[in-house]
Amino acid sequence: MLFSYIICILYFSAFFAVVFSGNLSASEALMSGSKAAVDFCLGITGSICLWSAVTEVFEQCGLSQELARKLRPVISRLLPVSSVDDEVCAAVSENIGANIMGLGNAATPAGIRAAKRIAAFGRGREISDELCLLVVLNTASIQLIPTTTAALRSSAGASSPFDILPAVWVSTVCSMAAGLLSAYFFKRIWH
Amino acid sequence: MALNTLFTLTPAILICLACVLSLCKGVDLYAAMTAGAAKGLRLMADILPALICLFPAIAFLRASGVPEMLENILSPLFNALGIPPETSLLMLVRPLSGSAAMSAANDIMTLYGADSLIGRTAAVMLGSSETTFYVIAVYFSAANVKESRWAIPAALIADLACFLSSAWICRLLWG
Repeated sequence: MLFSYIICILYFSAFFAVVFSGNLSASEALMSGSKAAVDFCLGITGSICLWSAVTEVFEQCGLSQELARKLRPVISRLLPVSSVDDEVCAAVSENIGANIMGLGNAATPAGIRAAKRIAAFGRGREISDELCLLVVLNTASIQLIPTTTAALRSSAGASSPFDILPAVWVSTVCSMAAGLLSAYFFKRIWH
Repeated sequence: MALNTLFTLTPAILICLACVLSLCKGVDLYAAMTAGAAKGLRLMADILPALICLFPAIAFLRASGVPEMLENILSPLFNALGIPPETSLLMLVRPLSGSAAMSAANDIMTLYGADSLIGRTAAVMLGSSETTFYVIAVYFSAANVKESRWAIPAALIADLACFLSSAWICRLLWG
């Protein structure tokens, strides 16, 4: 339902602005917008599929399992209560590992498995704090190579689509740090 | 400069790395690549309907003049914070809808150029953030937990930090 509300707000606010400003030709943008969607999709499909092909090779070579194994000690420090359960620790490591590799299709099922298992522990405060932390970690994009954004830049004519990588890493680390810090404080003050 | 060359070569390095790894691990490279490309095609087919519903919404909104109003109202605040006001629509829709954010970022990049400071800032904002509300909705409903407690404020603080640091690092590197 969330998306339905978002679309309603977007269309309504634009409609009222168009009617009040008398800029009626703006509604032509609707038709050209749907054409732009298809053009855009075709424009990035090639690079998206190529990156999907390369990450598939990495995955079949066992890179994400290896990454997940390396992440386990970090996860058990981040979620000290629920990661006592081996299944939670494995699922969260798989989730974070897949996020880093940019495997959205693999990250979400593993994350949901972890969330279900954590929630099944009960409704204690520590448990729900750790569930919140898992969600906050997933809302901060920790993808190492932002391939979709690179595809977008390439179709928009960037001379070197990947040269934003260092900036993306800095920004990701900042947002991750802000998420962890606010989790640390909210855990203490939220009742 | 050497570092810049490295980032320009990123795609080539990644593909060669995939080739070497597949040889070492005895993985059928061609089969894996075609399977991955097919997954990519299915992904695009899955998101195209969402793009078709949200691109016109963003295009209509842009043509209506609402974003300019927003930019005018917010520009004193954004200028003080060092954020280009042109990215305000992108920042507004980013936590709500991935397709709308792609549309907004694409508009910025085609309007100002993908290699301009504003275009780069938009790309970094898009690449280092997630569709926050969607993720929260998916996880809490899957876990069947009604009370999301501090997840929303903490995630939004992280998003804010992401936008601020994107603007600052882009100005530092390409300003």
